[in-house]
Amino acid sequence: MKVLGLILAGQKGENLGKLTNRRASAAIPVAGKYRAIDFTLSNMVRAGIRKVGVLTQYNPRSLMDHLGSGREWDLDRKNGGLYILQPYVSETSQLWYRGTADAIHQNITVLRRGEEDYVLIGSGDHIYNIDFTPLFKYHIATAADITILTKSSAGYDPAMYGTVKINENNRITYFVEKDKENPGDMINLGVYFMNKKLMMDLLYSTVPNGKYDLVKDIIIPNINGLNIMSYEFSGYWRNIKKSLTEYKKVNMDMLNPDILNELFSPQRKIYTKLKDLAPPKITSTGSVTNSIIADGCIISGRVTNSVLFRNVNVKAGAYVEDSVIMEGSVIEEGSRVVNCILDKNVTIRSEKSYVGYEEPLVFEKWQVV
Amino acid sequence: MNEIIAMILAGGQGTRLGVLTENVVKPAVPFGGKYRIIDFTLSNCVNSSIYTVGVLTQYRPRVLSTHLGVGRDWDMDRKNGGLFILSPYAASTEGEWYKGTAHAVAQNIDFIDQFSPKYVLILSGDHVYSMDYNEMLDFHISKNADATISCIRVPLSEAHRFGTVITDNISRVKEFEEKPKRPRSQLASMGIYIFNWPLLREILIKDSRDENSSHDFGKDIMPNLVSQKAIYAYEFEGYWRDVGTIDAFWEANIDLTRSMPALNLYDPNWRFYTHSAEMPPAFFGKEAKILNSLTSEGCIVNGTAESSVLFQGVILGRGSYVKNSVVMTNVKIGENCVIENAIISENVVVGNNCQIGIGENIPNEKYPNIYNSGISVIGEYVIVGDDVRIGKNASIGNFLNMEEMKVKEVPGGKNLRVDGLA
Repeated sequence: MKVLGLILAGQKGENLGKLTNRRASAAIPVAGKYRAIDFTLSNMVRAGIRKVGVLTQYNPRSLMDHLGSGREWDLDRKNGGLYILQPYVSETSQLWYRGTADAIHQNITVLRRGEEDYVLIGSGDHIYNIDFTPLFKYHIATAADITILTKSSAGYDPAMYGTVKINENNRITYFVEKDKENPGDMINLGVYFMNKKLMMDLLYSTVPNGKYDLVKDIIIPNINGLNIMSYEFSGYWRNIKKSLTEYKKVNMDMLNPDILNELFSPQRKIYTKLKDLAPPKITSTGSVTNSIIADGCIISGRVTNSVLFRNVNVKAGAYVEDSVIMEGSVIEEGSRVVNCILDKNVTIRSEKSYVGYEEPLVFEKWQVV
Repeated sequence: MNEIIAMILAGGQGTRLGVLTENVVKPAVPFGGKYRIIDFTLSNCVNSSIYTVGVLTQYRPRVLSTHLGVGRDWDMDRKNGGLFILSPYAASTEGEWYKGTAHAVAQNIDFIDQFSPKYVLILSGDHVYSMDYNEMLDFHISKNADATISCIRVPLSEAHRFGTVITDNISRVKEFEEKPKRPRSQLASMGIYIFNWPLLREILIKDSRDENSSHDFGKDIMPNLVSQKAIYAYEFEGYWRDVGTIDAFWEANIDLTRSMPALNLYDPNWRFYTHSAEMPPAFFGKEAKILNSLTSEGCIVNGTAESSVLFQGVILGRGSYVKNSVVMTNVKIGENCVIENAIISENVVVGNNCQIGIGENIPNEKYPNIYNSGISVIGEYVIVGDDVRIGKNASIGNFLNMEEMKVKEVPGGKNLRVDGLA
């Protein structure tokens, strides 16, 4: 069984403010050394998918830099491998992607040419670790047309997600997008598995008619006509781009050993671009509790309840609490950082104090304050 | 054509590292939290823009070959040149194990010839250092030398442990002395040489026909050459360690935990590359206390670590205390253990309430020249079990299951092996 992976990674992620001013949300750093897209990409590769198309649009520079030739995911291959699918200009069209379905439709050649039987569509913004192979088997065993990954909506705000209801056979009978009034009892995790030919038929019959959204224009109208099944996922799953608080919470979730072990299980690894930095060093004046510290860090101050990315330097007398500090940031002597998100390469000058109250304080890339 | 290619000698056992090199060759011994010793030499090559490197292997090469692969982690998987593992081979008329360092290179003359280099750099895979070989090459060229030997200044009291060179005022080598009883020079050879290839080729062929030679660069080639050719000594000023003994190995690791160590692993302009496992960043629990230590990716620290190097994937349980120790990849330490001055090899499992490195500092009875500096050494994959006490200068052989052997105590200076305590 051959599967083509498609990852939707073109969005800005409006809710993340300054963090996505210069990068797509799929490229946002998360959990100390990863980028959001690593999770879906690694999940696909581990499920035996050898050809993955990444659909990009909003400022893809940092995403491209991260993905490179796909070598870290074993996707630098003679056959298949990593395809970056960007909007392009041609004889007949010069359009940005107008929606998720349109994005795939504009790259329909990849579907038509390939020898794959199935397509697995995922999103670059989701943080989870799953083995897709049981889903593939389930799809075939239930003779589904489309299988959608779902999860009980407990703990999620239904107004922010697509929600579904299912019947006793797990068939989806009800599907609404971000509906506060009448939500379903499961949320849609944005992972769709279907026969490639069916995908192409559905795209050919909708996109040319000015319908561009995969969920609204393809899945929901076919809820009765097609056999759309729900496959329930019970593990940890978060969408990184819902809000800044959510983004911070996802990082803080890594301080929970159960979540950490689930996401980074040695049996189901998440791959990312390696940088070969030296092991983090805690000096004689440093102390670290309940935190994650990535490679290359030098900690001479106090760090507690925080996630530090690579190459962060916390100088003597500095204090970091309840914060997310991205790669290359420096917190100078005697300053205090509480409930903040520092983007890459931020410098906090000595003897300064920054405290976020209701929302975390966010510092943009390269800021010096 | 390459101007210079490097040959790394990586076949030596390193007998004075005891159980650490029983199953792996010395260049493949783990070092500094995530590296193996050869990474330093290889990274120096890459950082000096030398991309054609032959690695000469012989003793137990499995771990080393797996680590190196096609050289991709050092950017040495290249269209032209790259990394080559050169093992001893059999041929129709000859073919044998490498009899010495010079013999190893001589056996690979064809390999070097295919690149027709001007210069050949001979390196050792056993050393931990950071060095720009271009500076040495510039020196070699500027002196119009036939061969250049890299030296480091050591205290006169230490010089008897090294091969020393005696030079004149323009750095030309006058004499060699191998481990002299009464040293006359502070310049110790680092075992790093640059030769003009046509000359080296000629002398290697001559040497391999000489039945009285032990085919060693330091013992045979250099001393014979010094009267006939222009040999110069390049004085290297920087960090260089031959981590050939348990004490030196331990010390060089612990040095990294001190403030501003001489070997800077964090220099963005001189990075050290390695083949590392993919693991999440280090996690520190609510009760973690950590001082002056390196911790690596995949570590889960719930206890206390002081002046120690924790490699990737080390799990340190609640209430456990590790001090002045080197704890290698994937070691699991249970709760309420006290570990001091120890080297714990890869994949060891230590149970709860263990005490390691206790008691008097008496030298090892059977191997006094290996375990003599108060450090306890535990071999790889050892299962230590609960409530075990291990003394100073004790050693535990690789792969032993102390739980099954029902050993609860290894006194100081004793060794635990398959056939029991000795």
